[in-house]
Amino acid sequence: MIAQQLFSGPSVDWWALAPYLIVVGGALKLMVIGSLTSRWPKGLTAWVTVVIATVAAAAVVLNWRSIGTDGTSSLVNGALAHDRLAAFLHLAILVTTALVALLSDGVLRGTENDGPEIYTLLLAAAAGAMVMVAANELIVMFLGLETLSLAFYVLAASDRRRAESQESGLKYFLLGGLASAFFLYGIALLYGATRTTTLTTMIDRLRTVVTVERNDALLLAGLALLLIGFAFKVAAVPFHVWAPDVYQGAPTNVTAFMASVGKIAAFGAMLRVLVVALPFYRDDWRPVVWVLAVLSLVVGSGLAVVQTNVKRMLAYSSVSHAGFMLIGVEAAGHTAGEVFPTAGMRAVVMYLAVYAVLVVGSFAVVTIAGGAGSDINEFDGLGSRRPILAVGLTVVVLAQAGVPLTSGFVAKWGVIQAAVDEGSYWLAVLAMLAAVIGAFVYLRIMVSVWLRTPTAEVERESVPMLTGLVIGLAAAATIAVGVYPSLLLNLVDALPLTHR
Amino acid sequence: MIASSTSMVAFPLLSMLIIVPAIGALAVLVVTRRRPEYSKLIALLSSIATGAMSIWALRNFDQHDAGFQFVSQHPWIESWGISWHLGLDGISLFLVVLTGLLFPLAIVGIDPHNDDPGRDKPYFAWMLLLEAGVMGSFLSLDLFLFFVFFEIVLVPMYFLIGGWGYEGREYAATKFFLYTMAGSAFMLVSILATVFIARDNGIGHVTFDLVALAEHGSFAASTGRWLFFGFAIAFAVKVPIFPLHTWLPDAHTQAPTAGSVVLAGVMLKLGTYGFLRFGLYLFPEAARWSRSLWLTLAVIGILYGAIAATMQKDLKRLVAYSSVAHLGFIVLGTFAFTSQAITGSVMQMVNHGVSTGALFLMVGMIYERRHTRQISELRGLQAVAPVFAGFFTVIMLSSIGVPGLNGFVGEYLVLIGSFLTARWWVVIAATGVILAALYLLWAYQRVFHGEPDEENSTFAELRVKEALVLLPFIAAIVFTGVYPKPVLERIEPSVDALIEHVSERTGYVEPQPAHIVVDHAHGEEG
Repeated sequence: MIAQQLFSGPSVDWWALAPYLIVVGGALKLMVIGSLTSRWPKGLTAWVTVVIATVAAAAVVLNWRSIGTDGTSSLVNGALAHDRLAAFLHLAILVTTALVALLSDGVLRGTENDGPEIYTLLLAAAAGAMVMVAANELIVMFLGLETLSLAFYVLAASDRRRAESQESGLKYFLLGGLASAFFLYGIALLYGATRTTTLTTMIDRLRTVVTVERNDALLLAGLALLLIGFAFKVAAVPFHVWAPDVYQGAPTNVTAFMASVGKIAAFGAMLRVLVVALPFYRDDWRPVVWVLAVLSLVVGSGLAVVQTNVKRMLAYSSVSHAGFMLIGVEAAGHTAGEVFPTAGMRAVVMYLAVYAVLVVGSFAVVTIAGGAGSDINEFDGLGSRRPILAVGLTVVVLAQAGVPLTSGFVAKWGVIQAAVDEGSYWLAVLAMLAAVIGAFVYLRIMVSVWLRTPTAEVERESVPMLTGLVIGLAAAATIAVGVYPSLLLNLVDALPLTHR
Repeated sequence: MIASSTSMVAFPLLSMLIIVPAIGALAVLVVTRRRPEYSKLIALLSSIATGAMSIWALRNFDQHDAGFQFVSQHPWIESWGISWHLGLDGISLFLVVLTGLLFPLAIVGIDPHNDDPGRDKPYFAWMLLLEAGVMGSFLSLDLFLFFVFFEIVLVPMYFLIGGWGYEGREYAATKFFLYTMAGSAFMLVSILATVFIARDNGIGHVTFDLVALAEHGSFAASTGRWLFFGFAIAFAVKVPIFPLHTWLPDAHTQAPTAGSVVLAGVMLKLGTYGFLRFGLYLFPEAARWSRSLWLTLAVIGILYGAIAATMQKDLKRLVAYSSVAHLGFIVLGTFAFTSQAITGSVMQMVNHGVSTGALFLMVGMIYERRHTRQISELRGLQAVAPVFAGFFTVIMLSSIGVPGLNGFVGEYLVLIGSFLTARWWVVIAATGVILAALYLLWAYQRVFHGEPDEENSTFAELRVKEALVLLPFIAAIVFTGVYPKPVLERIEPSVDALIEHVSERTGYVEPQPAHIVVDHAHGEEG
């Protein structure tokens, strides 16, 4: 089959590919022009990045209507899926990237790390993430994963003069490389079992092959290795140990990016592999996801409580959030591949979009108020020094805790609803109790910000305008979606639940 | 309760009861830093407007209609089957009025405890937001909507306790938030399970509408019990029912005075109200089945609260523990399943809000003057401030349940109404009435009697402004104590409808002789 197509080449729908091309092309141009021209005016690089992301997002929106809702269309000879799941996640990735670009300017402006490199890497990572969530082909997915990961490794170490940043980059590189190896081996085994790496072909093969002839051991081993790779990327327990160190050491704007786009990419790909390609094995992978979810919830929120560093707190809380999303994946697993599946997948997708904005907003405040070490004490009295900033932080932090009338509540409600609909009552109860433990962490931040007075004289933090803008946008989106969830739900409900 | 009636009011009264304080909260926030005095004015005006609307609802309330009145229903989150559905019936009516009146009094009655007037602004914003949340909880007829309001009240209360409370406020605020949130965790799962199980058993589509679920949803006995317990845990924490009460003394003691007033006055009622509105109405079988448990815990709460109150050295903590005891009576009446007892419970919810709210206000006034709440440091106040002592006496007697004052009517109805269905529990609970007299009178003796020492001899007499704030409380205490009929006759039809609903679903027959006694009781008091 491959031999036949060697000479004809796949037909390419350039318009549908436009979002990818804009991001990749933009990244390359930014790098080349940026390195050839003299120093740019302050903030321009960030704005160019925002424009690139926005134009790409506009292309996604323009494509949205033309995407078939049956989820069968694909691009480049089946390499990339062309469906609304991918389009929605692309939007989430691009919006988040734009927010992080603005945030990065607030962090970098005036420092010697400022320059086009960071922004190029942001765009490169975004491109990788976009490929990853749309990949209909395991090799392409791996390419996306590696593009994303390599950009992350460099970004994590991008604060070159700080040892912690270098350490963070190196740690992430070594552990991430190991996870990639697992992932790649998983692909190889899946290929061995099904003789294809294309997800849609894989499910066709699995459908036609009689059960006894399936090479189950090979396939299950491949599935297990893939799950390890995904669990590592989403920082699910017990594959989470890198996250706190990397999150803490990396520059805060990069941490925000890893926590948001990294999660979107990994969960998007995970949904595609598990729900689209391997629904016949749902009874095999669902218990694994269940265990990962429970461990992430309990360990994530439990360990967040004992941290004194805000970035580490947020890292562990992001582990716990991953647990919540895994609940949605678990719920999707009950009916994966059926004609009328339940809403687990939509719940995950919504959670991803909501969480991405929340986590960028939270880390944005950390870039201002965290000082050098991001210790929780640095936040003491922030409410009296910078009341408006503190209000913004309060909104996004309470949303992470799942307080009603914020987007975080809607997201949590969505996954719990999906779990309960499948009868996973105990999982739902456990998740909510983990949320209570998690709330303690967020309340500690609130106590520090509003109720404590700093022990020593603290200078009033200066708020870079763009960082302020990011926090404002994040808080506004949080409240808007919280008060009127249909804003987001209508979009998510347009996603097809089945892909075949 | 059975048929929702829509009264012909074009004005979205119930929605405005929620929206006006919420808008007031936003308005307070935009007040400039230079004119902080406006924030109190705005807070007062919007809470008075809300109070006036609640009075208006009371005036236009049709007392012969047991169903929901002033109903307002709009789609909200359509794809999840969630709507903005509000309604008022005899059970919620007086709680809404109480909320509407208590907030302006709490706002005007006592200033927040801090030295920096610039920090008043968020205080008033939080108070108004709290009012919106409490109103919403009492009015919601949609499970999602109810949960949203039930949870959202934690945030303003957390910040009120944490920001304007006393020494141990951080601990108290966090404990309050986490306890209540943990309870709600079970309720959230229960709400969702209720909705999905009802979808598959009788309803056919996803809806969070309370009336639809209660009337058309059917649950297998064991399923209903699980679901009921999910709700019950949340309510039991909120009430609080022994042994889930440990957050309450801390929260009450550390909260600023207005916070305590609101917490005791209306927020605890979210739990007892929740039992009636969601527990008994949605899961009558489960509520009947588990009644011995709740009756027992209620009686333990009555005795434990009273004994613990007797032992307290801190006046505010004493009042806090007395709440545990009083709420025990309300739970007792709720699970006695007679019209009288439940009517008494609803009445007692309002009474407790009035008398304990006023007690907390007066304790706050004592603290303002003396900067201590320790009973041992107060002495002989009656000699230096006789009017103050007089007001305190009336309120205290109402809390004890002396005949002629409001506390008596509620407690008496609960005890007599429960006697037929929960005799031995009532026998023990009745001793709680005596214990209430013991701890309150003893505290009164220690604080007000005797010769004032040097520090207490300068205790200031009740000011006119304070008297004006307390007078509405006194008026309510005396009026409902002497003439409870207008209150009872508005509560009863809805309670009867609820009992009828329980009977229909469970085949339970309410014992009848009780009715003869209730007329007798009315005759005595009226």
